[in-house]
Amino acid sequence: MFKRLSKPRGETGEAVSLKVDGKPIRARAGDTVAGAMLAAGVDRFRTTPVTESPRAPYCLMGVCFDCLVTIDGVGSRQACLVPVREGMAVETQIGKREAGR
Amino acid sequence: MNASELQSSYELVVVGGGPAGLAAATLAAKAGVQTVLFDENPGVGGQIYRGITNTPVADRAILGEDYWAGAVLASEAEASGATIVNGATVWSLDPNRLVGVSIAGQARMVKTQRVIVATGSMERPFPIPGWTLPGVMTAGAAQTVLKAQGLVPTGRTIMAGCGPLLWLLAAQLLRAGAKIEAILDTAPRINWLKAAMHLPGFLLSPYWSKGLALLREVKAKAPVIAAHRVEAHGKDKLSEVVFATGAGERRMKADLLLLHHGVVPNVNLAMAAGVAHRWNSRQLCFEPVVDADFATSLRGIAVAGDGAGIAGGTAAAERGRIAAIAAVQALRPAASVMDVQTVRQSLAREEMGRAFLDALYQPAPSFRRPTGDTIACRCEEVTARQVRDTADLGCEGPNQMKAFLRCGMGPCQGRLCGLTVTELIAEQRRSTPDEVGYYRLRPPVKPITLAELASLPKTEAERKAVER
Repeated sequence: MFKRLSKPRGETGEAVSLKVDGKPIRARAGDTVAGAMLAAGVDRFRTTPVTESPRAPYCLMGVCFDCLVTIDGVGSRQACLVPVREGMAVETQIGKREAGR
Repeated sequence: MNASELQSSYELVVVGGGPAGLAAATLAAKAGVQTVLFDENPGVGGQIYRGITNTPVADRAILGEDYWAGAVLASEAEASGATIVNGATVWSLDPNRLVGVSIAGQARMVKTQRVIVATGSMERPFPIPGWTLPGVMTAGAAQTVLKAQGLVPTGRTIMAGCGPLLWLLAAQLLRAGAKIEAILDTAPRINWLKAAMHLPGFLLSPYWSKGLALLREVKAKAPVIAAHRVEAHGKDKLSEVVFATGAGERRMKADLLLLHHGVVPNVNLAMAAGVAHRWNSRQLCFEPVVDADFATSLRGIAVAGDGAGIAGGTAAAERGRIAAIAAVQALRPAASVMDVQTVRQSLAREEMGRAFLDALYQPAPSFRRPTGDTIACRCEEVTARQVRDTADLGCEGPNQMKAFLRCGMGPCQGRLCGLTVTELIAEQRRSTPDEVGYYRLRPPVKPITLAELASLPKTEAERKAVER
């Protein structure tokens, strides 16, 4: 859906590495988790707790909550608001409501 | 900054680091008011100046000079002496000005004498068939990742809707090298009749020449098609956009559909605090009732910027200054501040073209009040039919609707369905949005974990009160 502009400003390149569902992806320092995932071609961030239909970010500004992911073990974080960090472990949230989580 | 470095009280708390918040914090701090600004994003700028301090977009022409004007606001705020905290989520505000804030998983309650809520705007819900599919986003979302991360859409991109931001984004995406297959213009023709009476004001406003230039730039590079119905189709993600034109139905393969029907105030924090709101029938949204200084119905709490009704980024900064001048005069009567009349004049100039834009780009009823299986509440997947049928059964308002259908009870807390549900109920019950009202919002207005709540400092007395 998205690619990076070819000539970015003050560039350090994709210097940060993180994992999404165990698969390594590269990100730019300053990326949000959602931005990094979109740049890496992730097109399903979670499934809904009601009908398990797929979702990806809709607003990217913190109001729609469709980008909710598990980050370093904490569930339902807004990927569009959290900056990437080296070694971060992101998991997409798949499946219906889990009462025990 | 960590939560533990926060003071337990400040003279002024500003919520939101967009133009209104930055201008307010700058003015107040320079006048000697002890000011803290909380902003939930990784950097200041709000949505309009998103990424202004660290955008990777090198070519200034892509985002345009109006964007770069935000750099002045950001650097002035930085130098003003205000404490600016990014990554700080305000999840609670009460009528006694106790502010609940979370920073990196640690929560604190901060007392303050004055609050300026500058939580800005968000895009109006755009409930059409398929709007929940991956590949369907708001235009603002695409602009956010362009500004903050230098991401440009690839593949087949279609834009749909109406409003100044749609044209601005189209121009920015085209300059950044994206290809736009089509722009589906949903502005009803009849709007021109309603807008015409506001034309003189618009011709005097700065929007006139800028707007015309944008339209020309975009129309030279992308096909613009008038459409009165738009649907997103696809199984697990968007594959096709179906739309109705005067000449019949058309289909276009698509990878990305960007929707935009203008912006509306982001009301959650102010409403949860108990600030009185009313329906704005021109902008078709709820907005706080404010006076000329942007003071609300609650003492010491002001709402500035687009959160007080949509007027745009430059007007937002002026509104922030006016609210800050009132705060300074209350807290430091002896301090010298700029003349409020001068600011009011600038604001009036900025607001001049607004009535025309509001009338011209008012989205058609069919895009605001969906029918059938179209989802109204994205979180709980409640359809328009369910809301309409339940209203017909006798459900009178959005709060009762929650009990019936759970709409508005998911993680977005009604942000993406509130206006739709209010308008649907009003239509079914032959009432008005003002009569029907909005969801009753309560803190926390952003989700926080139990661990964050537990991290609140506790006094010995508080501990004893709950221990046996």
